[in-house]
Amino acid sequence: MESQINQYSKQLIIFNSIFILIWLTISIFPFLWTLWGSFKVKADFFTRSDWTYALSGFNTLIETGATATIKAYIESWTEGEFWRATMNTMIVTISVVTISLFLGTLGAYALSRSTFKYTFYILIAALIFRAMPHITLVSGYLFPFFQLNIWGILPTTIIVLVAINQPFTLWLLYSFFKTVPKELDESALIDGCSYFQAFRYIIMPVMWPGVVTAGLFSMMLAYNDFTVTALLLNQENYTMVPKINAYLGTIEYGGNYMWAVSSVVSATAPLFMIIWFFQRQLISGLTAGAVKG
Amino acid sequence: MPHKTFFWFFFPTGLAMILFIGLPIVSSFFQSLHIENQQILMEVENCDPFGCTTNVRVDVEATEKLKEENPLGRFNGFGTYLDRNHLAFDEIGEAWSASSSIGEFKDIVLNLPFYKALLFTLTFCFAVTPPVIFFGFIVALSINTLTKRLKGLIVFGTILPMIVTPLIGSLVLFWMIDSQGIIGASIKILLGDPNLSLKSSSTLTWITLIIYGIWHNTPFAFIVFYAALQTVPQDPIEAALIDGASRFQRVRYIVIPHLYPVATFIMLICLMDNFRVFEPIIGFSAEGVAQSLSWMIYQDLRNENKMLFGSAGATSMLTIIGIAILLTPVLLRTWKEFRTER
Repeated sequence: MESQINQYSKQLIIFNSIFILIWLTISIFPFLWTLWGSFKVKADFFTRSDWTYALSGFNTLIETGATATIKAYIESWTEGEFWRATMNTMIVTISVVTISLFLGTLGAYALSRSTFKYTFYILIAALIFRAMPHITLVSGYLFPFFQLNIWGILPTTIIVLVAINQPFTLWLLYSFFKTVPKELDESALIDGCSYFQAFRYIIMPVMWPGVVTAGLFSMMLAYNDFTVTALLLNQENYTMVPKINAYLGTIEYGGNYMWAVSSVVSATAPLFMIIWFFQRQLISGLTAGAVKG
Repeated sequence: MPHKTFFWFFFPTGLAMILFIGLPIVSSFFQSLHIENQQILMEVENCDPFGCTTNVRVDVEATEKLKEENPLGRFNGFGTYLDRNHLAFDEIGEAWSASSSIGEFKDIVLNLPFYKALLFTLTFCFAVTPPVIFFGFIVALSINTLTKRLKGLIVFGTILPMIVTPLIGSLVLFWMIDSQGIIGASIKILLGDPNLSLKSSSTLTWITLIIYGIWHNTPFAFIVFYAALQTVPQDPIEAALIDGASRFQRVRYIVIPHLYPVATFIMLICLMDNFRVFEPIIGFSAEGVAQSLSWMIYQDLRNENKMLFGSAGATSMLTIIGIAILLTPVLLRTWKEFRTER
C-alpha cells in the first residue's frame, strides 16, 4: 500500500522534473550569472550593445588581455577597503551570535520552566517586538545615540542587533527547551543542584541542536543586516552590506559597479557555504513554530 | 521556578529588549511630537555710498545656540502627523472640495507622499503573498515526490533566494533585468523596442519589484509547507486511493484541507514582513516611482547633517499602527493556542 501511494504516473514524473528544473534555474541562475559576471569588466557585464559579450568576454579581452579578470576583486578589496568591511562583519557577526545565544538560552530556559502566568505575557510581548519594522526602531535610536555620543561605533550596533534578535531567539529556544523533559532538571534539583547548575550541566549538553539553530538565525540576521548597520555605523565602520550599497551610490566611490558585483560574490559565498553545512538546522528552526498549528 | 530565580535568568535578555526595542518606540513617539528648530532670522543693514538696504539673513550663531539648548527641536504636538508629508488632512479636504470627480480626487490624494507610499506598501504586500503561497505549495509538493538523495541538494538550491539579504538579492536580479543586463537586453531585442527600460514606466518597476518579492519569499513558504507535508496523515490518503481518487483529487480534498492552518500562518508572516519592504527599492534604484513607508523613514534619516527626526518618528508611529492592524489575527491565534495548552 505504502508503495502505491508513492507511485506516480509517468507524465507526472516528467512534468515534475521539468517544473523543478525551471524552479531551480530561477532561484540559482541569478547567483551563477553574478559569479560569472564578476570576472568580466563593466563593458561586458553591463553591455548596451550585445549581451553575448558577457559570455565571450569581448571587452575583457581587449582591456585586460584575457577573457576573465580578477581586477574588480583586487581593487575592491584593497582600494575599496572591502577587507575592512569584511573584518567588521566578522566582529559584528561573532559578537552578536555569542551574546544573543548567551542571553537567549538563559531567558528561554526560565520561560520554559516557570509555571507562572507572566511568562505568557512576556512571550506575547516578544511576539509584538518581533513584528516591529527595524527601521522604526532605528529612528528611535538615532537621536539618543547622538546625544550620548555612541553613534557610529561597532559595540552600539552589536548590542542593538542582539536586542533586535532576542524576541525570535527566545521563541525559537523556548520551543526547543519545551521538548526537553522537565524530569531531567527536576532530578538534578533534588540531587542538590542550583537552578543554574541544572541549566549548565544537565540541560545545555542536550540542547546543542537548538542552540545551533538559534545561532544560525542570529548569524544570518547580523551578517545580512542593512537597515541597522547602514544608519548606525559611520563610513569607516561599515559592514559588508552597507559597503556594497556605498559602492553603488556615493560620490566617494563614483558608482563603481564592478566593485559592487565582485563584493556581492565575496559576501555571499561564505554565507552559502555555512548554510550548506547547517541546512538541516535551518529548516528545523523555520518549521519549529509553524507546523504545530 | 521561583520568581527570584526567574528574574535573574530573564533579566539580561529582558533588559536588552526593554532598552533597545521598548524604549526606542517611546523615543520615536516623543520625537514625532517635536519639529526641527526654526532658523533665527535677523535683519542686517548694509550701507554703501549709494544708501542703506536691509537684508534678512540667518543668524547662524543664534540658530546654533538654540539647537544646543534644544536639540530635539520645538514642541509641535501632533502637527507633524497632520502635515503634507504625513496624513495631510488639510490637503485631502481641499482636494475633496476642489475636484469634480472621484477619479480626480483619488489622483490628488495618491500623489501625497504618505498615501503614495501606503499604496505601494499595501499593493506590494497583497500582490506578493498569494503567489508566494501558491508557488511555495507547488514546489513543496514537487520536491516531496523526489528521492531522498536528490532532496538535500534541491532544497539547498531552492532556499538560496531567501538566505541572501534583500539588498543583495534585489541587486543580483536588477543587474540581469536592467536594460543593460542579460534579460533586459534580450527583451529589448525580442520586442524590437530599443528604448524599453525598467525605469521608463512605473508599472514595469512595480511589477519587477513584486516579482522580486515573490522570488525572495517563496522559499520560506516552501519550507513551511514542506515540513507540514510530512505530517499529513497517510490513512485517509490510502482510503482515497482505494476509492479510486486521482492524485489531483487526493491533493485537493485531503492534503490542502490539512494545510489550511499552515497557509494562514505563512500568509500572516508574509504580510507582516513585506509591510516593511524597503531594501529592494534601494537595490532596484526604484526610489523615483516606488516609495514605501519604511523607505520614507530611511530617507528622513540618511542625511547625516539634516536628519528629520520628527518626520521619521511620525512615519514610524503610523507604520507601527499599520503593523498592529496586520498583527492582531496572529496575536489572537497565539493567545488561543496558549489558552488551550494550559
